Amino acid sequence: MEDAKKLEEFQAKIDAEIKIEPKDWMPEDYRKHLQRQMSQHAHSEIIGMQPEGNWLLRAPSLRSKVVLLAKIQDEAGHGLYLYSAAETLGKSRTEYLDELKTGKAKYSSIFNYPTLTWADMGAVGWLVDGAAIVNQVSLQRTSYGPYARGMVKICKEESFHQRQGYEIMADMAKGSPEQKEMAQDALNRFWWPSIMMFGPHDSDSPNTGNAVKWKIKRATNDQLRQSFIDKTVHQAEIIGLTIPDPDLKWNENRGSYDFGEMDWDEFWTVVKGGGPCSKQRLKHYNDAHNNGEWVRKAAKAYAEKQNSKQKVA
Amino acid sequence: MSNTDDQGPIWEVFLQSKPGLAHKHVGNLHASDKEMALQNARDLYTRRKEGTCIWVVPFDAIVSSTPEDDEAFFEPSNDKAYRTPTHYVLPEGAKHI
Amino acid sequence: MTTNEALIKYCLRLGDTSLILGQRMAEWCSKGPVLEEDIALSNIGLDLFGQSRTMLTYAGEIEGKGRTENDLAFKRLEREFFNNLMSERPNGHFGETVVRNLFLSAFTYNLYKKLSLSKDDTIAAFAAKSLKEVTYHLRHSGEWMIRLGDGTEDSHNKIQQSVNDLWEYTGDLFAMNEVDELLIAENIAIDLNEIKPLWNNTINEILERATLTRPLDGFMQKGSLNGIHSEDLGHLLTEMQFLPRAYPNSKW
Repeated sequence: MEDAKKLEEFQAKIDAEIKIEPKDWMPEDYRKHLQRQMSQHAHSEIIGMQPEGNWLLRAPSLRSKVVLLAKIQDEAGHGLYLYSAAETLGKSRTEYLDELKTGKAKYSSIFNYPTLTWADMGAVGWLVDGAAIVNQVSLQRTSYGPYARGMVKICKEESFHQRQGYEIMADMAKGSPEQKEMAQDALNRFWWPSIMMFGPHDSDSPNTGNAVKWKIKRATNDQLRQSFIDKTVHQAEIIGLTIPDPDLKWNENRGSYDFGEMDWDEFWTVVKGGGPCSKQRLKHYNDAHNNGEWVRKAAKAYAEKQNSKQKVA
Repeated sequence: MSNTDDQGPIWEVFLQSKPGLAHKHVGNLHASDKEMALQNARDLYTRRKEGTCIWVVPFDAIVSSTPEDDEAFFEPSNDKAYRTPTHYVLPEGAKHI
Repeated sequence: MTTNEALIKYCLRLGDTSLILGQRMAEWCSKGPVLEEDIALSNIGLDLFGQSRTMLTYAGEIEGKGRTENDLAFKRLEREFFNNLMSERPNGHFGETVVRNLFLSAFTYNLYKKLSLSKDDTIAAFAAKSLKEVTYHLRHSGEWMIRLGDGTEDSHNKIQQSVNDLWEYTGDLFAMNEVDELLIAENIAIDLNEIKPLWNNTINEILERATLTRPLDGFMQKGSLNGIHSEDLGHLLTEMQFLPRAYPNSKW
């Protein structure tokens, strides 16, 4: 009885666009959904450091190196903001990281693809960050206060990320023939995985119902995907690269691009851990975490010693 | 001495963006002690020239009101409009008051 | 050797040391012991790359052959690098990185303080700006030294071992040759004999707070002044220089 009334009040707040804050009552499913979505988002930022980190040491100029390092560092920061927002839901960062370590938690499948050439730094920034930004801009209006605030901060900081990638693509596309070839190849490999980042079609997406009703999600997978494609096609044309989709065509009636069907078999294979780099990414994370254990313990032991000294004094 | 591996306690971070302004809450972080918390706050929250002064406060030191307090705490001030200047009627033409 | 030739070499020493240590810091990216520390290590790397760009650009300008920061970073060979040996030491575990960075930042901190009064305006400005950065690097590595040294028994042993292992590379920090002689006479460079006692003070104080023992001076590595390095540098350069060397006619 009590819960039904609370649920009604909760929904009324959501409908009135009043943000939900950590100490407010919330349905258990809302909490669970947010814990899962926010931690997946955080894990994606952290694992997402690796494909770009793969070229950091080989960046071809000092400028491109500092830009890339600053960008990857931002991703660490954004992971941190997201864990911190997710912690307000009564679960610690340690617990979230345990789920990542053991492979129980998911992260965006895109990061299980390899970055094979320097042009992939362009493709990742332009397409992967581009797709992520479309999603994040929409999430700035999500109903959970800490998540929305985190997204506002992240969107502000990420504004340079997509440009960084696009600049690399543009430079390579107008560079030597082999550079242009590299750029086109990167686009070919990253295009489909990027548009699959938005997830399955709305008709096949089991979690959408409540997430939309509770305004955790402010737009559906297909809406976000369409918006990304519509803005990206023109960017490809400007730099003289071809999007690898023969069905891509402007639809005057819809005012949007029609596009071909994605390879959902591949999508689900990668989601289930069958990506080219799935094992490697997880192992990299686990190695770093395990190598840091003695450091974390030392810092903790030092703090405890200082505290007990203070108590004596 | 506890021997569990964790991320350390949470510290809330407040940043003054320029002299003269109040410190504003910007987020939090994990750190084993106050010096590390301060350094981490610097590294995390001032990457874009955002700050001139940082406060870090242990999360446990913050006392928060709860939604149950809302009515008793905040509603009694709703009917005290006389605390705001627009409540008062001024003679026509009066300025700078 | 002319003053200009000496000045180029001197700038390369400063620029290369920052560049190579920066590259080492970049190796930490996504491998830090906690997320907060990953971010801190990247910040240090970014400072160092910034420093190296200033000095390499300046070296290219004095040389007057049109070489840019990138030409100097990506197209020189192993024997043409003058970074000190400490900067190229591999990262090892986190404690080893902390010790290496402490030894180096205690050096650059004390050096840049004095160099900010250099008669060469560019070097003076470089030193004044970089001093602010390395002051933080010193604080960062110093605080970690103390935590690892005075943390657990395991961490104490690990970091004492790192101190012992890296000690033989501290001599190279203070090596001087005719480049220094020439530039000291012109009030451009600093006599490193003046820096040594300051470095000693900084290091001794931190070692003591970290409950660590200062090793006795024994065998000391040398060679960076003549471009003689450890085998590690070649591997670092191979990776760093790969793209510009694989595509020599492409612009990036």
